[in-house]
Amino acid sequence: MRKIKHGALAGGCGDSCCLKLDGLNVRIQGEEILEDVSFHLHCGEIAALIGPNGAGKSTLFRSILGQISYSGTISFTQVGGPAIRLADGTTIGGTRPLIGYVPQSPSFDRGDPVTVLDFFTAATAKWPVWLPIPKKYRDQCRRSLERVHGEDLLDKPMGGLSGGQLQRVLLALALEPVPHILILDEPLSGVDIEGEHQLLDMLDEIRTKYDLSILLSTHDFATLTTFADKVILLNKKVLKAGAPEEVVASPEFYETFHLKMGRKGEN
Amino acid sequence: MEIWYQLVSLLPFEWAEPDSMFFMKHALLAVLVISPLFGILSTMVVHSRMSFFSDALGHSAFTGMAIGAICGYQEPTWAAVIFAVIFALLFNVVRRRSALASDTVIGVFSSTAVALGIFLSTMGGRSFTKFNNLLIGDILSVEPSKIGLLAIILLAVLMLWAYSFNDLMLSAVHPALADSRGIKVFWQETCFSIAIAVVVTISMTWVGLLVINSLLVLPAAASRNVARSMFQYHLLSLVGAVVAGIAGLMTSYYIGASAGAAITLYLAVWFLLTFCVGKRG
Repeated sequence: MRKIKHGALAGGCGDSCCLKLDGLNVRIQGEEILEDVSFHLHCGEIAALIGPNGAGKSTLFRSILGQISYSGTISFTQVGGPAIRLADGTTIGGTRPLIGYVPQSPSFDRGDPVTVLDFFTAATAKWPVWLPIPKKYRDQCRRSLERVHGEDLLDKPMGGLSGGQLQRVLLALALEPVPHILILDEPLSGVDIEGEHQLLDMLDEIRTKYDLSILLSTHDFATLTTFADKVILLNKKVLKAGAPEEVVASPEFYETFHLKMGRKGEN
Repeated sequence: MEIWYQLVSLLPFEWAEPDSMFFMKHALLAVLVISPLFGILSTMVVHSRMSFFSDALGHSAFTGMAIGAICGYQEPTWAAVIFAVIFALLFNVVRRRSALASDTVIGVFSSTAVALGIFLSTMGGRSFTKFNNLLIGDILSVEPSKIGLLAIILLAVLMLWAYSFNDLMLSAVHPALADSRGIKVFWQETCFSIAIAVVVTISMTWVGLLVINSLLVLPAAASRNVARSMFQYHLLSLVGAVVAGIAGLMTSYYIGASAGAAITLYLAVWFLLTFCVGKRG
């Protein structure tokens, strides 16, 4: 499935753009949700965020998206450029990174009178979608959907899409405009095995083509080693981060998910 | 208004004869302005599941009327508009801060508003009957100046729709996604709530508090049964509202029943029809 792995980059970030989280703390109503979270994510890298429910994965995403307040710094450095703090957008001569966000399964009813074209145009264009949509926007939408091989979905109702199709539409939307960082909140939940392979292949294609960083959360450990460059095990704190093989074999991983050590334990 | 009188006189009805029955001509024009207003707002009320909220707004508008009447205003409508807008703002803030489900918060607000309205209007042993006309509404009492006001509101809503419908729709579908695309979700919701508050309050006198919410729900609900895209959804909602509006007014004229109720009944029939031929979920 994978051609290049960028895992070797995990050390230095001199020759690559880099999203840096440094000592991130988040408290919501007095409760500590994230504690001293630090890691780096480089361009062209796919990092998987794993952890039990309530580990703070969505909160971490929302911090990067700037939707909640936090202490610590999140910064972004472009190749050869200065670092930019995301919180206040302190730009020392650079621009803030664009972040594409694929949210966890938005709710559409089967009967919702919203086509993929309606949804897409509403999110990307100024044209009010309650009027007939001109060809210009139709073509724009088709081109964006081609990126995820979903051009045939254009006139389908949002509520009638399968889990995999919905993820592809949302992915196409997150890529419009092409961001520096792509964040996907549990993109594999509610997607069947075929859809899952399709989606992972697509992510691999996208990061190679656009050289962007991808951060996604998942509960599917079986595929981790096949697609991720880096795995971050989170439960309030970063318990373990590194190459997927390393994290999956670690005592922290077994402990967090209450697995028996099995053969590993006999060593 | 002269142009309108001449236009109407082309219609083959006895009340359309020149220089007579002005109240009916005014009412027809008012219906032609009010029904598209509700047809349009209805789409978003149904889409973002706010039908209970708009119902509560109607109640708060009544309370505003009572407050306005107590303060001795000749035109309690403006007091009611202000009260309804404050109500809408407060509600949005509380819903954001509270851990309670949205319908619970609405229930709290709605019952408080109604209780306050009844309390104020009956204070000192006064009779409630003077508020009865608010409950039923009377479209035949509409004056030309009020039709002008309604037309301005229709224009404002159309502008709001042209400018921010996309953002509003995205906020309703997925607030976090909308936020990630730079949409100010809170302000979108607030703007929309205020629009509903103003429209409901202003038109309450003519439509009637008891049926006003049905006008905000039925057009889009019926349209939703058959529409497949946003354009069809709006078109059918608008057409349904206008046709039911005109038919309801005619019926009420010839039979002598409340126009608001007649319009609602036509919309209910429209809903039933679309439900029968509609897509199955």
